[in-house]
Amino acid sequence: MFRRHLLSLALGATLALGTGAAQAQDEFIVVQSTTSTQNSGLFDYILPMFEEKTGIDVRVVAVGTGQAIKNAANGDGDVLFVHAKPAEEKFVAEGHGVSRANVMYNDFVIVGPPADPAGVAGMSDVVAALTKIAETQAPFASRGDDSGTNKAELRLWKEAGIDAQSSSGEWYRETGSGMGATLNTGTAMGAYIMTDRATWIAFGNKGDYEIAVEGDPKMFNQYGIILVNPEKHPNVKIDAGQAFIDWVLSDEGQAAIASYKVDGQQLFFPNAGG
Amino acid sequence: MFSFGDIMAEALGLILTWDRDLSEIVLLSLRVTLTAVAISCLIGLPLGAVVGAFRFRGRGTVTVLLNALMGLPPVVVGLFVYLMLSNAGPLGILGLLYTPTAMIIAQTILVTPIVAALTKQVVEDLHGEYAEQFASFGLTARARVAALLWDARYSLLTVALAGFGRAVAEVGAVLIVGGNINHVTRVMTTTIALETSKGNLELALALGVLLLGLAVIVNAAVMALRASAVRAAYA
Repeated sequence: MFRRHLLSLALGATLALGTGAAQAQDEFIVVQSTTSTQNSGLFDYILPMFEEKTGIDVRVVAVGTGQAIKNAANGDGDVLFVHAKPAEEKFVAEGHGVSRANVMYNDFVIVGPPADPAGVAGMSDVVAALTKIAETQAPFASRGDDSGTNKAELRLWKEAGIDAQSSSGEWYRETGSGMGATLNTGTAMGAYIMTDRATWIAFGNKGDYEIAVEGDPKMFNQYGIILVNPEKHPNVKIDAGQAFIDWVLSDEGQAAIASYKVDGQQLFFPNAGG
Repeated sequence: MFSFGDIMAEALGLILTWDRDLSEIVLLSLRVTLTAVAISCLIGLPLGAVVGAFRFRGRGTVTVLLNALMGLPPVVVGLFVYLMLSNAGPLGILGLLYTPTAMIIAQTILVTPIVAALTKQVVEDLHGEYAEQFASFGLTARARVAALLWDARYSLLTVALAGFGRAVAEVGAVLIVGGNINHVTRVMTTTIALETSKGNLELALALGVLLLGLAVIVNAAVMALRASAVRAAYA
């Protein structure tokens, strides 16, 4: 009696759970993208517009740019939408992507504690600011995860002629995690943190932190979009993927990006064709 | 800065303003975890019973292996399943990466050793009491396993619940193989990780309270089922 009861219950539950739920829409693409586009809320804002127009469901996997590029190189995605131009160009040159187009930009900023131990608040020369941080050995939290932001940060240290990684574990602290996690960690330890402006504006745990360094052209942050090469990865959905890219680069898509605001501030500035 | 009251208020708010997105996440969590636990039981119960009830060469090795596999780090399982299911991997052709099925596979790998190892222990203890009887009845191996599993059923419910606890709480594996895709593979734990990374700590913790509530409900349901079955058995 009990045996039958239990068995039918277990079977029924397994069947109902295993087959019934969440029949996905017919057509979908997988976009390998970065945490900044997701955490800032941009995708939640623009994707429904595209989905409504085309009926194509866009599935976003939001990871660091380094991981997104590796996933796409494994063919695990139809479109790559990230922010590390040299790495993107390498991705295309190696035959993983068809071609690369500019989508939008914003900029990086360095945020810091109100006490400003390195005395960099208000500076707009990022190389000089990093030099001061290194000289005063004020804590600096780095992503340390090969993401787009991490790559940009390492380029700036190089330009300043400072080998910050040799101080890793001392004042230079590599969290090895995403932007949000690094902001959570960095603000808790009173460290300076370089972040893209979009993630910072949308971030909910700022504490008493403020932007310390901003406005240097070197902190320009360009986003690009690439169709994963179907010749290398036959599973790539060419038409649907290209439709998404075309829409993002179209006047309509660009206007959608420009109209996304958090607290009245525009987070991304479209520059397709630029 | 944070108060426990704020978090409870946020959790209550989540429940009161229950929306479609939240249902979707909760139901997917249950669907993935319960399916994984059911499959793990289908594999782990007989496997554990066989290892527990019979003497054979290499039994010690199998036992050590099962016990060690209970400690599998979810992120390692996630990576392994990702490499298998990636389009660059051997099973890429199945197109399972970034689907709930991939998450079920990963959690099944995590939970099966727990079910098998704990079942083995339960059955081994019981077998000590039953061995002579079995011999006098001249039962086949198959019948022995069935009898042991049946008589240990109440303990094995707790075994299944231990597996459920492991699966429902893990984030490392489902994040990698599911991709935390909104409306497709987003579950409770990956949502908590996402909200944490957005800096929405109260919301993240409120979701955690909800997840805990869910675990309590599942455990209570299983216990109620067990109690009613016990009553039925002695009625």
